[in-house]
Amino acid sequence: MVEERSETLDLLNDQPALVRVENLYIEFQNQTVLRDINFSIPHGQTLVIIGESGCGKTVLMKSIVGLIKPTAGRVLFDNKDISKLTQRELSLQRIRFGFVFQNAALFDSMTIGQNVAFPLKQHTDYSKSQVEELVLARLADVGLPRSVVYKKPAELSGGMRKRVGLARALMLNPELVVYDEPTTGLDPIMSDVISELIIRTRRQNPMTSIVVTHDMHTARKVGDRIMMVYPISRLEPDEPQIIYDGPPSEMDHCRDRRVRQFVNGEAGERLMEMRFSEAEGA
Amino acid sequence: MLANVADVLVVWIADWGRMMIESVLSMGAFAVFVLDTLRWLVTRLPRRETLLPALYQVGVSSLPVVALTGTFIGMVLAVQSYAQFEQLGLGTRLGAVINMTLVRELGPVLAATMLAGRVGSAMAAELGTMRVTEQIDALASMGSNPISYLVAPRFLACVLMIPALTVMADFMGIAGGSFFSVGIYQIDMHHYWSNSAKFVSEFDLFCGVFKSLFFGAAIAMVSCYQGFNCGPGAEGVGRAATASFVYSFIMILLLDLFLAIGLDAAEDMLWPSGGSLI
Repeated sequence: MVEERSETLDLLNDQPALVRVENLYIEFQNQTVLRDINFSIPHGQTLVIIGESGCGKTVLMKSIVGLIKPTAGRVLFDNKDISKLTQRELSLQRIRFGFVFQNAALFDSMTIGQNVAFPLKQHTDYSKSQVEELVLARLADVGLPRSVVYKKPAELSGGMRKRVGLARALMLNPELVVYDEPTTGLDPIMSDVISELIIRTRRQNPMTSIVVTHDMHTARKVGDRIMMVYPISRLEPDEPQIIYDGPPSEMDHCRDRRVRQFVNGEAGERLMEMRFSEAEGA
Repeated sequence: MLANVADVLVVWIADWGRMMIESVLSMGAFAVFVLDTLRWLVTRLPRRETLLPALYQVGVSSLPVVALTGTFIGMVLAVQSYAQFEQLGLGTRLGAVINMTLVRELGPVLAATMLAGRVGSAMAAELGTMRVTEQIDALASMGSNPISYLVAPRFLACVLMIPALTVMADFMGIAGGSFFSVGIYQIDMHHYWSNSAKFVSEFDLFCGVFKSLFFGAAIAMVSCYQGFNCGPGAEGVGRAATASFVYSFIMILLLDLFLAIGLDAAEDMLWPSGGSLI
């Protein structure tokens, strides 16, 4: 199984890059969140970005789809610099993305049916019956019954909302699907359902995926490649912010202590830091 | 001692400098937001399904509250003015005073204030919640422009519906004022209305409605801007809703002053020998 995964990764690495991030810097009010980030994602690969809370994973992902402008550097999607596109070009480019938000980000003034139909109504001229048919098909793909169509997002559980978010993101058959913390806040069974859906979606439609998570079970299960981002506040000025970039199978044997700590869920020196601050407070 | 004073002075100047820079940046960001909205209005009109609910929320839902406040303001004006005018033997001129005040000033300002409180704050809170829960990001990520989809219909609804609300406030105020003056204070109805007709012209009605267009545009822009730039969490949404009302109200007062000066000058130019109330 592990060998099979490594072979797949080698094959995918030969593919041309769909996304290329070059010398990316992002700052908010003089606080640097991302520093000199460089990587590329070949067509068809599922890249999992892991890292502790506040390390800049979501910011990195939002900058890839053009929701956050880089302070310096550039993000290329299909060889086009995202930050240099006009509003209209960016809107057209975004039809090629699917974005699954952490809390689903469903429009709470609309029903589930209207939410899932939204991208079709905005960008296609399908008839009402065609839209209805496609909405029901997508909802069935993510395992939701047709009875949810007329419900409001507030009436659904967290897991169901995430599945609706996934159905909406896949509506226009995107080339790149970005998942922001897809399993956060879900029970282990529902987390596994979402992971299976990510795998199934990729199997059914050849697409490139980026999954941002700190759930190692999901990361190992869905990822062809894992990249670990480390918070800048804990790095020396000349240290790279990406501290691991490779297949999931090699993570356990990584020589970097910080990677092993994260994979095994060990607090390590953080406990000592907490004790120090407690002592200082006392 | 001198060093301490110098330090305090430096901190004070730095604080003022920072405040000035932040104010200029906010004004610039607001101007860009307004221009972006106008640009989207020119390039693509909002869709029916986004415009109709906005028109309903701004216009139809606000009618009862605007009508109620208009009626009471008209009656209060009658109560406050009656004693003085009656002492001077000018009771029959009450209609002219009440109706002129309502049509030219109180009607539009009252309708705008109610709109800022009822609709402006709600718009800021709604858009703020959408910002906090990433719904605005979701909209953008699906290739739709949030300004075109969320702001343009709200702006159009405010600008299109506020003249109707102003006319409603005027009408109900005039009705309330006449009810109290004629019905309670027994002022002669014929003279009450003929004096009103003599001094309140179509231009006065136009002034009120014309001003309301600017008030509506200001309320929509300020409220949507506050919602779009809302801080994190419930506190951020609350602050955005409060700030939208406060800034809208300040904008209404400022615009009212400058428009009143401009319209008075225009009236003097068009009709140099205008009538006098006394």
